[in-house]
Amino acid sequence: MKETITKLTSQAAPLPIENIDTDQIIPARFLKATTREGFGDNLFRDWRYNSDNTLKADFVLNDPTYKAARILVAGKNFGMGSSREHAAWAIHDYGFSVVISSFFADIFRNNSLNNFVLPVQVSDEFLAKTFAVIEADAQAQITVDLENQQVTLPDGTATSFEINPYKKNCLMNGYDDIDYLISLRPEIEAFQAAL
Amino acid sequence: MSNTPQTLFDKIWDSHVVKSQEGYPDVVFIDRHFIHEVTSPQAFDGLRKRGAKVFNINRTTATADHNVPTKDQHLPIREALSRHQVEKLRENCKEFGIELYDLLHPFQGIVHVIGPELGITQPGMTIVCGDSHTSTHGAFGNVAFGIGTSEVEQVLTTQCIIQSKPKKMLIEVNGTLEKGVTAKDLILYIIAKISAAGATGYFVEYAGEAIRNLTMEGRMTVCNMSIEMGARGGMIAPDEVTFEYMRGRRFAPQGEEFDRKVEEWKQLKTDEGAQFDVVLTFDAADIKPMITYGTNPGMGIGVTDHVPTLEEIPATEQPSFQKSLNYMGLQPGESLLGKAIDYVFIGSCTNARIEDLREVAEFVKGKQKADGIEVWIVPGSNQVAEQARAEGLDKVFEGAGFELRGPGCSACLGMNEDKVPAGKYAVSTSNRNFEGRQGPGARTLLVSPLTAAVAAVTGKVGDIRELV
Ligand code: SF4
Repeated sequence: MKETITKLTSQAAPLPIENIDTDQIIPARFLKATTREGFGDNLFRDWRYNSDNTLKADFVLNDPTYKAARILVAGKNFGMGSSREHAAWAIHDYGFSVVISSFFADIFRNNSLNNFVLPVQVSDEFLAKTFAVIEADAQAQITVDLENQQVTLPDGTATSFEINPYKKNCLMNGYDDIDYLISLRPEIEAFQAAL
Repeated sequence: MSNTPQTLFDKIWDSHVVKSQEGYPDVVFIDRHFIHEVTSPQAFDGLRKRGAKVFNINRTTATADHNVPTKDQHLPIREALSRHQVEKLRENCKEFGIELYDLLHPFQGIVHVIGPELGITQPGMTIVCGDSHTSTHGAFGNVAFGIGTSEVEQVLTTQCIIQSKPKKMLIEVNGTLEKGVTAKDLILYIIAKISAAGATGYFVEYAGEAIRNLTMEGRMTVCNMSIEMGARGGMIAPDEVTFEYMRGRRFAPQGEEFDRKVEEWKQLKTDEGAQFDVVLTFDAADIKPMITYGTNPGMGIGVTDHVPTLEEIPATEQPSFQKSLNYMGLQPGESLLGKAIDYVFIGSCTNARIEDLREVAEFVKGKQKADGIEVWIVPGSNQVAEQARAEGLDKVFEGAGFELRGPGCSACLGMNEDKVPAGKYAVSTSNRNFEGRQGPGARTLLVSPLTAAVAAVTGKVGDIRELV
């Protein structure tokens, strides 16, 4: 079955750190695999594990309270730096379907959209409120509705988010860009011939 | 053609749009696709799954750079996973018919160093690579940007990419740079001014006297780091400096064809009165030799300045600032001048071209490496290494107690053996000071090659202006 994203209600894991770069999401030394699977084990590797490979107790993903979270909430400018799509693969493989932040780096945003991870950009105020809600109740359920482009907190506070209509359609129906590009092949060939 | 004045970016982008539809991102034709071992294997798997061929092998160039050892490159790669990834690239290139500049090939090197030096990178092109520093190629007046592996697969399969058109930013740097202040300082200064996210969503064109006065290699350093302020890419309109650099390059047009091309390339500039979404202006005279103190490239200061105090940081950003300083083992308000250094890395696609090595060699000539400091000089390509040897730079380095290694990305990202140990301070000419970038726990201070050379011979952070 094709993967799709439509509407999701879930607990959220908070990571209130700004400028999280893709080297933190997945350090370079774990980029040596030649398949797309298994990167979730090393998601936030150096924040999750000590150098002797034991778990760091104070890192949010090691806190069993947040075990059911399928939404990651992170500080502004998430996903900066390296273009490694492995970052999106790691987030997806770990089990997150949505990342909420007040700002995303461009390449990371594209990579996420290509891997059924929905980047939800909200205002700084809404992000601060989301962190406060999670802090008050770790079990707080957040709803992300792609069709209506809306995020709703448990108290009913809601905000809308933007997404390119084409990308939205891809996520909701499980399409990918290559199918679309292949359908344009005659036009692409004509374009190249005219160069 | 409309008479509306256009930016250089618009001219190149618009002339490469195969299809533009309301509600869809643009479908953009790609002139040149560079690939390397880390971000391509899953893309080739995608082609295999669909039974697809590479759309145009003549528009695709491959090299191995991220994983490769910088010592004993003639031996099999020791680290099993790195070896496997490089072997995968070999198999994929062979199966799909793509030219590969493999280890020991005279053209092998960091992908963003070899494209320009071979003349594959040319003005007016669209260029992509599964690597964020693809922005480097923009120095020749083209639209070049980094992409993810799914997009690598798109380009391999269809020579096109689906992409929303970014907004446009003009960054003008007027005036002249002080002696000892380089292209690297200029770009670190701009990033420090506008932050590591200051240009996210934008494609940047650099202009102004200080940019025009840079050599091609300096321009590449500037465009290279555009991504470190979040920009999709950076570009500089081509001029005589560009054409002179291109003349006679291996894959550049030759003879009369070259002259004809130059006439075409001269049209590649932003029209008078063209609109940018944002225009920023800086004065080159304000720029000092720069150094970073934190864990993103926007956390930079002049070498003679102090790390910001807590009061100088907005309250909401203080936790991230503090976390960053804890990692770096630094205090708010501290001065870095005179700080003892453990490692010096001169390399990467930002600063490992021949001019960088010449600059370093000229400064260290007759001097000695400081006690207890480890210095790695890693050329950007085999051609750079060859040229360095031809000019006797290797002897200068040897004389000072340094070693000129084999080409590759090396300690820029520590995917090979060249890693800075935890807690150690590395002065580095690369582009990223992220936590763990040069090895788990490594503490990176980004600088120009000249400031790195100062650290190499004094063992400390110093002000090059006092030494030249
Ligand atoms: S030198 Fe560093 S930044 Fe440049 S391509 Fe290699 S890893 Fe990336």
